[in-house]
Amino acid sequence: MQRALPYLLLLPATLFLMVFFLYPFGLVVVESFTRGGEWTLANYERMVGHWRFSTAFWNTILLTAVVVPLQLIMALAMATMVSKIEAGRTTILYIFAIPLGISDLAAGLIWLAIFTQSGFLNSMLSFFGLIDRPIFFLGFDNLLMVFIAIALAEIWRATAIMMVIIVAGMGLIPKEYNEAAEVFGASRWQRFTKVTFPLLRPSLQTALILRVLMAFEVFAVVVALGGTSFPVLMGETFNWQFTLQDRGVAAAYAMVILGLSVAFTIVILRLLHVPKEARI
Amino acid sequence: MTVATPAADPLAAAAAPDVRRAGRWVLWTGIVLLVLWVLVPIYLLMVNALSSPAEVNAFPKRFWPSFDLSSLTFFFQFQGVLEALWNSVRVATLTMLISIGLGAPAGYALSRFEFPGKEAFRFLVIMTRAFPLPLLALPLAVLFIRTGLDDSILGLALVHAMLALPFAVLITFSLFSGIPVELEEAAWTLGCTRIQAFVKVVLPLAAPGIAASAIFAFVISWNEVFAAAVLTIQNRTLTAFLLQSLNVSPLPLKFAGGAALVLPALIFIFAVRKYLFAMWGIANR
Repeated sequence: MQRALPYLLLLPATLFLMVFFLYPFGLVVVESFTRGGEWTLANYERMVGHWRFSTAFWNTILLTAVVVPLQLIMALAMATMVSKIEAGRTTILYIFAIPLGISDLAAGLIWLAIFTQSGFLNSMLSFFGLIDRPIFFLGFDNLLMVFIAIALAEIWRATAIMMVIIVAGMGLIPKEYNEAAEVFGASRWQRFTKVTFPLLRPSLQTALILRVLMAFEVFAVVVALGGTSFPVLMGETFNWQFTLQDRGVAAAYAMVILGLSVAFTIVILRLLHVPKEARI
Repeated sequence: MTVATPAADPLAAAAAPDVRRAGRWVLWTGIVLLVLWVLVPIYLLMVNALSSPAEVNAFPKRFWPSFDLSSLTFFFQFQGVLEALWNSVRVATLTMLISIGLGAPAGYALSRFEFPGKEAFRFLVIMTRAFPLPLLALPLAVLFIRTGLDDSILGLALVHAMLALPFAVLITFSLFSGIPVELEEAAWTLGCTRIQAFVKVVLPLAAPGIAASAIFAFVISWNEVFAAAVLTIQNRTLTAFLLQSLNVSPLPLKFAGGAALVLPALIFIFAVRKYLFAMWGIANR
C-alpha cells in the first residue's frame, strides 16, 4: 500500500496528460500529414502555397523579435527598481503584476480604445492642436502603425509574467553575494552583470521560454487591433480551422507553431544552461 | 530608508548625498512612469465603458467618464451576452475543480515520496511548457464530435484544465514542500492515519495556497480565447463571443465587453496577490 500510494496519487493527472496532451498532439501530427485518409504533404503544400503563409510566418517572428527583448529589459528594470525600495513595495509589485490577469483579447480592446479613429491617441493629438481630423491608424494602408499598436499591446500585456518570475528569482539570490561583491569594490553595473545576472539564469530561462511561446501563439490582440490586415500564424490556424473548415491545413499550421516552439525552447535551454552544481 | 545598508556601503556613504538623492529621484520617476504605463490604459478602457455610446464614438474625446451606464446596459442586454457570461463562469469553475482535483494529489506525491518514475512524471509536466497548448483545441474538436462533447461546457473545461494542470501540479508541489513532513509524522505517532493527518494537519496549512492556485486556474480559463473560439458555437464563452462579434459589433459594445472581461480578473489577481510571487517563483524553477 505504502509503495503504491504515490502512483495512485499521480495516476489521475498522468492519465489526463496522456488523453488530453500526448494523444491529441499525436493526432495533430497525423492529421497534418494525411488528406482523405492517405499519407501526403498536400496540407503543407496548400499552406505554403497560400500567399498569407509567409506573411503570417514573418509577422509572427518579427513581432516576437521586437517585443521579447524589450520586455526582458523592462522586466529586469522593474525587478531591479522594486528591489531598491521598501516603502510601498508590495503595492507597486501588485500594480506591475496586474496585466498578468488580463486576457489577450481584453488587452487588444484596451489598446483599441487608444488607437481607434475616435480613440484617445487622436483625441490627445487634437487637444495639443497637432491634427485637425482624426487619423485612421489601424488600416490596411498603415501597416507600420498596426504593427506598433500590436507590439505595444503585447509589451503592455505580457511583461508582467516575466517580471513576476524574475522578481521571484531575485528573491532567491542570497544578499551576501551582492554585499561581498560590493565590499570588493564592484560597481552597481558590475554587480548586476557578474553576480545577479548569472545567478538569475534559471529564472530567465523559464521567463523566456514562457514568453517566447506566448509570442508565437499571439492571436486575440492581433484580431482586436489589426483585424485581417496583419496575418499571424495562430490567426491563420484559426481561419483554416473555423472559417475555411480545412482541418488538414490548420493542422499543418499547428505543426509550424509547434516546431517553432520546441526549437526555441531547446535554444533557450542551451543558451542559458546552468550546470546542476552551479544552482542555488 | 535613505541609506539602506550603511555598513556594507562605505563608498556610497562617503559619496556626496546629492548623488544619492539624484539616484532616488531617477528611481522614483521610473517607478511612477511604469505604474502609469500599466494603469492608464486600463483607466482609458474604463472611461469608455462608463460613457454613453455617443460619447464613445465622439471626437475629440474626454479623458474622464460621464458615468453614463447606457454602454454597459446596451452590452448586457445584447443578444447572447448574459449566456456567454454564464458559460464563462461555468467553464472556469469546472476548469478550477478538474485542474486542482487532479493536480493537488500529484503535487503532494511529488513533494512527499521518492519513487521510480518521479522524474519521468516531472519531465512530462514540464514538457507541456514547450508546447503551444491552445492548439490542442484542433484535434480535440474532432474527438469531441465523436464523443458528443462538442460545443459543450465540459469539453471546453477539459481543454482549459489541460492548460491549468501543469501550473496546478507545480504550484501545489511547492506548497506541500513548504510544509514540514515532521508535522505529519507527529500526527501519525499520535495515532492519526495517513488520511487523518493530511486532513487535520496538512490541509489547513495548505488551504490558502491551494485556494490561490484554484483562482489562478479560474483566471486562465476566464481569459482563454483561442480554444474557446474553436470549440464553442452555440455555447460560447464571453471571450469567444467577443472575438467572433469583433468585426460586426460597434465600439461601445467592444469596450463594455472588454471591461466585463477585465474587472473580474483584476479582482481575482488582487485576491491572490500575496501568492503571486511565491507561486511563480518557486513553481517555475
